[in-house]
Amino acid sequence: MRPPVHTSFPYDAEHDEHEQHHARHDPGFWRTYIFSTDHKIIGIQYGFTALCFMLFGFFLLLLMRWQIAHPGAPVPFIGPLLEKVLGPVMAGNGAISPDLYNSFGAMHGTIMIFLAVVPLAFAAFGNYVVPLMIGAPDMAFPRVNMASYQAYVLGGIVMVVSFFIPGGAAQAGWTSYSPLATSIPTHGQAFWLVGMVLLITSSLLGAVNFIATIIQLRAPGMTWMRLPFFVWAQFVTAFLLLLAFPPLEAAGIMQLMDNLAHTSFFLPTGLAIGGHLAHVSGGGSPLLWQHLFWFLGHPEVYVLILPAMGIVCEILANNTRKPIWGYKSLVYSALAIGFLSFIVWAHHMYLTGMGQKIATFFQTTTMIISIPSVIILTCLLISLWGGSIRFNTPMLFALGFLPMFGIGGLTGLPLGLAPADIYLHDTYYVIAHFHYVVAPGTIFALFAGIYYWFPKMTGRMMNEFWGRVHFWGSFVFMNVVFMPMFAQGMEGMLRRMADGGVNYSAARVPGALATLPNSIMALHTWILWGAMALGLAQIPFIINLFWSIKHGEVAKSDNPWQSTTLEWQTPTPPPHGNFDRPPRVCRSPYEYSVPGHAADFTPQNEPDIPMTAPKISPAPAVH
Amino acid sequence: MEIPYAVQPRPDTGLYNAKAGIWLFLASEVMLFGALFSAYVLLRVGAVPGEWPHGWLNVTLGTINTLVLALSAITTLLAWVACKTRQFDKFKFFHACTLLLALTFLCIKGYEYHDKWIHYEIQLTDGRIADGHMLENNPKEDYVVIEGRYVADEKDLYDLRAQKDIKTGEIKIPRPQIKEMENYGPWHNTYLALYFTLTGLHALHILGGSIVIGYLWGPGRRMWKTDPERFTNRVEVSGLFWHFVDLVWIFLFPVLYLM
Repeated sequence: MRPPVHTSFPYDAEHDEHEQHHARHDPGFWRTYIFSTDHKIIGIQYGFTALCFMLFGFFLLLLMRWQIAHPGAPVPFIGPLLEKVLGPVMAGNGAISPDLYNSFGAMHGTIMIFLAVVPLAFAAFGNYVVPLMIGAPDMAFPRVNMASYQAYVLGGIVMVVSFFIPGGAAQAGWTSYSPLATSIPTHGQAFWLVGMVLLITSSLLGAVNFIATIIQLRAPGMTWMRLPFFVWAQFVTAFLLLLAFPPLEAAGIMQLMDNLAHTSFFLPTGLAIGGHLAHVSGGGSPLLWQHLFWFLGHPEVYVLILPAMGIVCEILANNTRKPIWGYKSLVYSALAIGFLSFIVWAHHMYLTGMGQKIATFFQTTTMIISIPSVIILTCLLISLWGGSIRFNTPMLFALGFLPMFGIGGLTGLPLGLAPADIYLHDTYYVIAHFHYVVAPGTIFALFAGIYYWFPKMTGRMMNEFWGRVHFWGSFVFMNVVFMPMFAQGMEGMLRRMADGGVNYSAARVPGALATLPNSIMALHTWILWGAMALGLAQIPFIINLFWSIKHGEVAKSDNPWQSTTLEWQTPTPPPHGNFDRPPRVCRSPYEYSVPGHAADFTPQNEPDIPMTAPKISPAPAVH
Repeated sequence: MEIPYAVQPRPDTGLYNAKAGIWLFLASEVMLFGALFSAYVLLRVGAVPGEWPHGWLNVTLGTINTLVLALSAITTLLAWVACKTRQFDKFKFFHACTLLLALTFLCIKGYEYHDKWIHYEIQLTDGRIADGHMLENNPKEDYVVIEGRYVADEKDLYDLRAQKDIKTGEIKIPRPQIKEMENYGPWHNTYLALYFTLTGLHALHILGGSIVIGYLWGPGRRMWKTDPERFTNRVEVSGLFWHFVDLVWIFLFPVLYLM
């Protein structure tokens, strides 16, 4: 990968003066890769870090699946290592203690959402692609961008370090419900909260930067309705992060006060812990935490899914070689989702006893928000109609996204209605539902994006054969892992049980009225093997990713996919400042197969009339 | 490479980049403090009737602080106007005033915190409560001395608005008589938890704003010579933040001191 030439710090006049003398001076490894202010390097930093965290989160998952399938049995191979690193209390004999299981559960959720998927979907792709797509030389605030990445890394370090403190990492689930989160005797929760505050700061800086960039730095002619849908998706996502995260930050500060300063924001009067009346002033409200948490938590779902939809949309348009169907519907649906996602949060709280009337309101809004989601999916599906589809690896992942997200979305409807949710709440059905949305849904879209934009980042293609192996392996084993969970959940298997429900199984308590049948318990083994196979299926991807940087097939041109959007109209990889000359946008984003044109794609910056013709202004310079 | 619209406003949005950025940042700040105020509403509505403290804070000091911040808002604006009209000396003067006012605010706030910190509620073994400011609390001695009073019931401490002339005096309490002793920190009750958290976060904002303004007033003023327009933008953006912080106090003052 050729480092972009770093010529100046855009925000520091002194450096400008200074650097003019050394315009071609190589700024060195640290400036180029570690403390870079270039949006493309920051995007790659985010992407690499997020993929590492995703792998780490996946390992936690494997350990948990082992524990569920073989409760209390020592973990093969790495059991002794676990005991050595985490101590005999947490992992005696190399087996996972219930406390350790709980902390793995909490940290798997936290890492996957806040350290892996959001940074990859929003920060990595957004950073790399959005400024290129809108024809900007960089983000609006390059140094804020760098600070955002650094806060993210710092937050990640705090999270990971918490595994090694006495008492271990946070154990109250990724939702950290109070009073549980305050009563577990470990400082892991305080680490979790400090880590979250850093991550929220990071995403806040990122969100401000993205919105300001999209509003301010669109190239001449790039009107709002000429923005690629991916940019719209990132724009709405940034607003969600900007406005939904601060309430969680507020809640985090209050829970931190509860944990460290012994306040009682979320601790009710008369709270008993371990059979004794807790020494707290009381008067707090556990429900308040849940409201504040889910006020972030639900928009967060759309933070996870909107960038994925944006990626899929770009790849579908490119590989069907025709304009996306219903561009305006997509844009308005994304905006509607953005707005509605702020008023559906309490559908996570039907079981809290917050009241029927409130539940009714949130059921209604939840049903309404499914409409724009379905519109988006329908538009993407109809876009396939009549296309001459190219089945390359990015397209396979994008196509895989559609049914997988469909399953995830549709199985969410029963959870949005209180009567059905009361039965299904807190079971494996919920796990299956949101994992279908995020794992084979969003993560497939992220894989698609990596395969798709890799040639722009490196000038080389990723290997197509191993890409297909990666896709089919992931596709099959994702379903092997998550499909059985629907069945388990509907049979009543609860989530967050360190023993995988053995104590409720027909084998352990024969003759009890309602038990988990053996067939349902046997699925644990099935899922464990599926998860391990899923892990194996990622090996071709990891090797392909690194091998192709140096040895991949050289991309035929700057625009190997023959795409219309602006990020492909730059040199490869784009230099510092991105474009050879400032682009001027003349048309909408998806002009594929326009009748009368020689090529089947017309880039956004291609004027209507060839440059050699007499001087006619190509398009009104509308901002 | 130069970022477009870093200094000059973009014609169709009418904003330079930093101004767009600061408004977005302030929107998120509204959500941050909005969530804290919602927490206040929910916790206060859910409190046991009659047990929400009233009159625990010094309204005079709160009023003075309100005026201090209001005045600093004016000097911030005048500092920006001075930059716009290219009168750098005036800028230096007005932002010096802003910084002094910010310092005054923090000192008064610090005094108020200290006042709560040394204020103790001491439950005695005979059921009475001694309440007042700690004078002597030497762990080596077997007594403590407070400047305060006795009350028969905790309920007498909740609403101090009606109790105009509270008589206090020096009280010496032997330690064996003390059942429980706790100062008026955030752990004391929900009201104080809210008070310390909300005003503490606000004070941190004041501190952050002061550091930025102090930077522009001090080492950052070099930019005035090289790029006065960008410097003026910086003054404007930091001023917008300062006005927001002032505005938060305008809500905090009645909510915590008066209501």
